Amino acid sequence: MTGYTDKIREIAKRLLQSCQVEMVIGFRQGSVPMMSEPCMVRRPEDVDQLMWDSHCGINLANYLTDRKEKIAVFAKGCDSRNMVTHIVENKIKREQLVIVGVPCQGMIDKRKVAEMATAEIVSVRELNSKIEVKTTAGEESIAKAEVLQSNCRVCRHRNPVIFDEMVAEPVAEQADVDPYSDVRAIEAMTPDEKWKYFDDLLAPCLRCYACRNACPLCYCPTCFVDEAKPQWVGKGQDPVDIRTFHFLRAYHCAGRCTDCGACARACPVGIDMRAFTKKLNKDCFDLYGWEAGMSLETRPALDVFKANDPGEFIK
Amino acid sequence: MTVITITKTELSDGLAALRKGYKLFGPVAEKSSYTFRELEKDRDPDFSYQNTRLSPKGIVFPQSEDMFTYTLDSTREDAHFLKEAPKDYSPRVIFGIRPCDAKAVSLTRMNFDTRAYRDPYWMGLFEATTFVGMACDTPCQTCFCTTAGCGPYHEEGLDVLISDRGDHYLAKPLSEKGRQLLAVAGWLKPAEADFDKNKAAAEAKIGSSVATDRLASADTLALYGADFWEDISFACINCGTCTFVCPTCWCFDIQDEVHGKTGKRARNWDSCMFPIFTIHTTGHNPRGTKLHRVRQRFMHKLKYFVDKYEAGIMCVGCGRCIRACPVNIDIRNVCGLMNSRAAENVCAEGK
Repeated sequence: MTGYTDKIREIAKRLLQSCQVEMVIGFRQGSVPMMSEPCMVRRPEDVDQLMWDSHCGINLANYLTDRKEKIAVFAKGCDSRNMVTHIVENKIKREQLVIVGVPCQGMIDKRKVAEMATAEIVSVRELNSKIEVKTTAGEESIAKAEVLQSNCRVCRHRNPVIFDEMVAEPVAEQADVDPYSDVRAIEAMTPDEKWKYFDDLLAPCLRCYACRNACPLCYCPTCFVDEAKPQWVGKGQDPVDIRTFHFLRAYHCAGRCTDCGACARACPVGIDMRAFTKKLNKDCFDLYGWEAGMSLETRPALDVFKANDPGEFIK
Repeated sequence: MTVITITKTELSDGLAALRKGYKLFGPVAEKSSYTFRELEKDRDPDFSYQNTRLSPKGIVFPQSEDMFTYTLDSTREDAHFLKEAPKDYSPRVIFGIRPCDAKAVSLTRMNFDTRAYRDPYWMGLFEATTFVGMACDTPCQTCFCTTAGCGPYHEEGLDVLISDRGDHYLAKPLSEKGRQLLAVAGWLKPAEADFDKNKAAAEAKIGSSVATDRLASADTLALYGADFWEDISFACINCGTCTFVCPTCWCFDIQDEVHGKTGKRARNWDSCMFPIFTIHTTGHNPRGTKLHRVRQRFMHKLKYFVDKYEAGIMCVGCGRCIRACPVNIDIRNVCGLMNSRAAENVCAEGK
């Protein structure tokens, strides 16, 4: 995916020079291996800081919330679905955006690479389907497919669903993936096993709220965990309060989550809190055939009543 | 001071002896990272770590700490009286703390132990703790301690410093507390050895640096009003990661929590990255945007602290915030921008 960089700079330059947009939101090279930094460019002469590789996993829809400018933004499949959600939820207007679609072949999970590497990583270079990892002990080559983010492995919407132009031809979608096998594995657990699974999952949580803040869906002016009157949830490290935060955060994303993985990617202690949101995604899909952010025309599943909505739960 | 030699077997035996007089905390591997835990019987510290994901600051400054308890039951005589929460200030040792994290405790002390006020909770745990450092011969790529007023063999804040020599350890007592601990552990064998033999090599491995020489003389308002903050803060998502992983961040929030008729007053780590950190009861927030908050964090660490304490920057170069930041905001870059902007000001004023 590193081949997109030149095209991205070219498009950004054209859009800024022709005053079609006031700013471009994209990524620039990070200062440490396997990291890129979301950035904004306002002047055509600065577009050369823009780049693209398989470490651009942060969801750029998050940077559009309530902005007033005319903006060009680069969008992977998941980002574009969150842009649709943002437009539907009135967090930005469609006419403010020039969406530049970036066909995605999956983002790399830096933790997986670090676990596979035999020593501390000095640099990582991407070569088509492989990555070359230079460590303090030597060099090794790893297949990119082995170190993809777990959401990218089962992604069925790699191409943007909404765009004004594309940086490249669409990529083939993954047809034979089963996005919910992990959810079914948890569903099959006994209640005791589930408690243990989720207790272990949340044990390292620091309540830094990186998961919440990396998520484009979490734009409330005051989050319920920050409310003081009334105070819905304690602010300490009581496991009950930590669970309450995660459960409610997930429920607030019900029918809206695109499984972009920004939450898990942002977590500094490696919690895959997608275990919660994915269950709700699966329920939405099973009950309503609904996947979030696929169209500007359809109202979200939890936003409308239909006569044939499943109603067994109130019988 | 006399250097002590400890064989690897003696280390294990000594740790067993220490457990009788101290609560023992040390680094252990958990899933894919290292962390400091209280080491129960037969669990030895794992020294194969470069550094732990979180600093051990929580041992003297717990993330959540009860200060008082109370009852709201009016039928009881003690209703509405705050009572001291039970405290355990029995002796403890942090075994294997890195020199950067130990220096961070010394920096933090400037806040909790002042002429005007001594924080009883922080001081209680601090005074109960003996800090045994493990010199750092394999620093991380993101370490910049040697230009942050610290280093892999830095002794500040430590009671003992240990250096791993392959088949044995050398220990250098640095305080009376440290000598006592060595005696309890039975590590008393003097060695004719150069403790600092590997120090220069370790320092040479620190591959990155920050320039801080102009920060003190820089004009505060010029830095505050600098044009780079929008660019620096753009990516920030305002999570608390950088402040929570930072060994020198000391801010806390006080909360009352009531369940039924019993309540407690606790304090929790807080973060200047959170909007509610500064919100007023009027609803006004003097740091209402992320630019305000990001600027505050860096100005506090790299300018206000420098000016107030004249003890260098409020950073020990451990690199945790760089490694943990979800969007790769790098304090080394920010410090560089601030320091070079400071230089521009000096030139502009013809000094």
